[in-house]
Amino acid sequence: MSRLHNASRRRFLKVFGTATGALVVGLPALAWTPDELLGQNLFQLGPYVRIEPDGTTVIGARDPEVGQGIRTAEARILAEELDADWTRVIVEPLDLGVTNANGDPHWTYGHQMASGSTSVPAAWNDLRSVGTAARELLLRAAAAQWKTGVATLRTSHGVVIAADGRKLGYGELAEAASKLKPANAPAKPKTSAQYRLVGQDAGDVDARDIVTGRQPFAIDAGYGDTLVAVIAHCPWPGGRLAHLDDAAALKVKGVEKVMTIPAPDPARALGTQQLAAGIAVLAHDTWTALQAIAKLDVRWQAGPRPVQGDDALAGASEAAFAGDPTKSVRTDGDFAETAKRAPHKFKADYRFATIAHADLEPPNALVKVDSQQAVVVAPVQNPRATFDTVRRLTGLAPEKITIRLPRAGGGFGRFLETDYVAEAVMLAKAVGKPIKLMWTRAEAFAHDTYRPFSVHKLEACADRKRALTGWTHRIASTSRLADREPRPRQWLSEMHPDDLPAGLVDNLHYAWFALDSVLPRGSYRASSHAVNAFATECFLDEIAHGLKQDALKFRLALLGEPRKLSYRGHGGPVLDTGRLAWVLQLAADAIGWSKPHPQGHGFGLACHFTFGGYVAHAVEVSMEKTRLVIHNVVCAADLGRIINPLGARASLVGATLDGFSTALRERITVKGGRIVQQGFKDYPLATMAQMPHDVQVILVPSQENPTGAFDMGFPSAAPALANAIFAGTTVRVRRLPLWAELMRLL
Amino acid sequence: MTRLWQTPAKPQTRCGLNATCNPAAAAREHCKGTQYNCGMMPQVPQTPPTEIVPQPIREGVDVTINGEHYRHTGDPDMPLLWYVRDVLRLTGCKYGCDDQSCGACSVLVDGKLQRACALSMQDIAEADITTVEGLARAGGALHPVQQAWIDEDAILCGYCQAGQIMAAMALLARKPQPSDADIDSIANLCRCGSYPRIRRAIQRAAKTMRDKAK
Repeated sequence: MSRLHNASRRRFLKVFGTATGALVVGLPALAWTPDELLGQNLFQLGPYVRIEPDGTTVIGARDPEVGQGIRTAEARILAEELDADWTRVIVEPLDLGVTNANGDPHWTYGHQMASGSTSVPAAWNDLRSVGTAARELLLRAAAAQWKTGVATLRTSHGVVIAADGRKLGYGELAEAASKLKPANAPAKPKTSAQYRLVGQDAGDVDARDIVTGRQPFAIDAGYGDTLVAVIAHCPWPGGRLAHLDDAAALKVKGVEKVMTIPAPDPARALGTQQLAAGIAVLAHDTWTALQAIAKLDVRWQAGPRPVQGDDALAGASEAAFAGDPTKSVRTDGDFAETAKRAPHKFKADYRFATIAHADLEPPNALVKVDSQQAVVVAPVQNPRATFDTVRRLTGLAPEKITIRLPRAGGGFGRFLETDYVAEAVMLAKAVGKPIKLMWTRAEAFAHDTYRPFSVHKLEACADRKRALTGWTHRIASTSRLADREPRPRQWLSEMHPDDLPAGLVDNLHYAWFALDSVLPRGSYRASSHAVNAFATECFLDEIAHGLKQDALKFRLALLGEPRKLSYRGHGGPVLDTGRLAWVLQLAADAIGWSKPHPQGHGFGLACHFTFGGYVAHAVEVSMEKTRLVIHNVVCAADLGRIINPLGARASLVGATLDGFSTALRERITVKGGRIVQQGFKDYPLATMAQMPHDVQVILVPSQENPTGAFDMGFPSAAPALANAIFAGTTVRVRRLPLWAELMRLL
Repeated sequence: MTRLWQTPAKPQTRCGLNATCNPAAAAREHCKGTQYNCGMMPQVPQTPPTEIVPQPIREGVDVTINGEHYRHTGDPDMPLLWYVRDVLRLTGCKYGCDDQSCGACSVLVDGKLQRACALSMQDIAEADITTVEGLARAGGALHPVQQAWIDEDAILCGYCQAGQIMAAMALLARKPQPSDADIDSIANLCRCGSYPRIRRAIQRAAKTMRDKAK
């Protein structure tokens, strides 16, 4: 679906980024780019669509592709309203759309970020009208040519068809259409009954390039005179360089320079967070740089604050829990009073290891910078933050900064940060040549923005009818917003006041306690939903077991009659208990929950509301000696309207496996003040042999607005697995990584 | 799809003024201190040699990559990974780790699956290497394994998939009818969780290849 650029197309896309400032995203207003800049035979019908005389339809995808399938989904949304011939569609990634608004950036393409499954909802809002507007222009162009009324015409698969059967392809009409003024009133979008692309399967638009090795990831980009920079950071967080002798490294043939990245300045973060002190070796190729960096004679000095591992943080959490919460997140009724008189009481502590992102593509950035312009090619999830970092370091005007958005080899939150981009900009500026900065795998593990460590204390009580009457959930965590937000706001990333069972239990208390850590922390897939759902869903399972109730019936009774609860925060404003109950029921039915279970097999359930999506998992496992066999997995999801079922399934299956892998064996440990893990050998991602052969996905048909799909399958996967393990082994695992804890308890 | 790499000008190893100059030749004394490493001072005017002058064989490692013949005269310890990526600009082969654990740089060496990060150029002298770029036939017809990956949409972020495809190539060469256990022997890592689709893609490719062989 993609094809090679020619020079004029590349230039055209660049023009997009700089010359279309008058465009207002989401409105069918069109701006015109001077013909001489477009080359010949190219007709632009908006910032996201271009139709060529041969009918080829080029759709610009604005959000970064990190494996969530956004390029495909966005193109399908736009092509649907355009009524394009999908076989003639080519999808091009757009750069960050930015122009100069009196010295400040004006973001011309609207939403451009891969985070929190927000791209598809935003695209659904903005991009349909772009397709509709382009189609309306083509219809009017045809009407003018045939001297007939627009109302008598219809479109199908990239062709305008007259009442008498005459046809004109979009390509034949493009030139005339591009000279028309857009209508004042926006044209009506299609009704869902008219959809023929949205809701149908579409393979990834980059698939052919990926299987032939031609898909350019950031790590594959370069300019002819690029110097490769390989970096070694101070292994102690917050530490600095104590001694450097680079004579031996500089003697390596092909080495150009050795440069240092200064120790972090607490007053000024150069990226989205502090950069670690580092030494970069600049050479003509990667291998030379790697050899030279090994020849550096270097000593580092540890930072002023001690680096604590999870065990030390767990100790600190006990002291924190003994005091008042940093933030009382929600209080309904009176838990203490209710619990006093309750016949059934439950208590459990859960604990979650610090973990790393482990994207297969390590942090890297190609940066070209001079006094006139800066160009960045990097794996990027947050292009605006990347822009801000480049601007801070170069002082260039907004329109002089180009942020390209190549497909990224994963993301999961790591590429929301800009530390590696900041390093490359500093090096490129200093050396006056384009820099290709590469982090090794060991550097990626040692200098990640880790998922926060947390300890969860849960208590609950039930009445004589075995219904839940009280619930407390207290979390002590190393908030990822520490060092970024004032303390009173740091709970926001750690706990959601309206997460269930809030609203279902009369006496409820949510509280958050701050834990300090020197390790950098950052956003991670599904944010704190992942760990909070694990604690909540496993504790619910414990309670159901303690009350001798079926885990499904207990949950359904707790969810009660379908109703809409108020939900503040991302995914709101409402949480529909009926939709959650329905996916739970679907998952349970599909795995055969109420049928006789095979001897020795454990079944587990979990569900969660994440960013507006409702997902439930059902898992069947057995232990064969010390081997965990995952027999069956079902993931049922209600994500509103599904743009591309094939892509949504990929996201849900992937999230399920990622959820298992993350929970089973992954953890970051600290020894002697530094990170122990150096590679996948001591940070074992799950292999094919360890993972289920398939995940059965059930998508609930829905006319609701789409929620996106990438994060939603993550939070409920691991607790369903842990609950299944309990059912199969009677061992309750309350600590991640799960595998180590299970082996300890068995 | 944009290629930002441009092939850089080859470093000049000859002065270009004398056809007999050879950088590998031992006799370099006559022009030390010039910008050329060929070791020969410009001689102007110059008469072309009237008879064939024998040259010593250049040092280097001969390799065949995707059917093309190359001679690598740089560092013989350079890993194949960086040779294909930095020198040949065949970037389908990906860097993912330093301990052979991820498989993103998987290639076929004389038909056998190997990690390009762990092979030095001298290790593979005279060997026949296939990278993911070498699977499709000239003219663009995809290999059944590649087509199966597309048909099963086994993509997600896509970073590991070239390596996964090479692992599948090696597996299918050994086991035309792979069992689930055979497929489980593939140890290439995927953070995104594309394993179920990879499994189906391998089975689909196996069927296509068996059908074609009939």
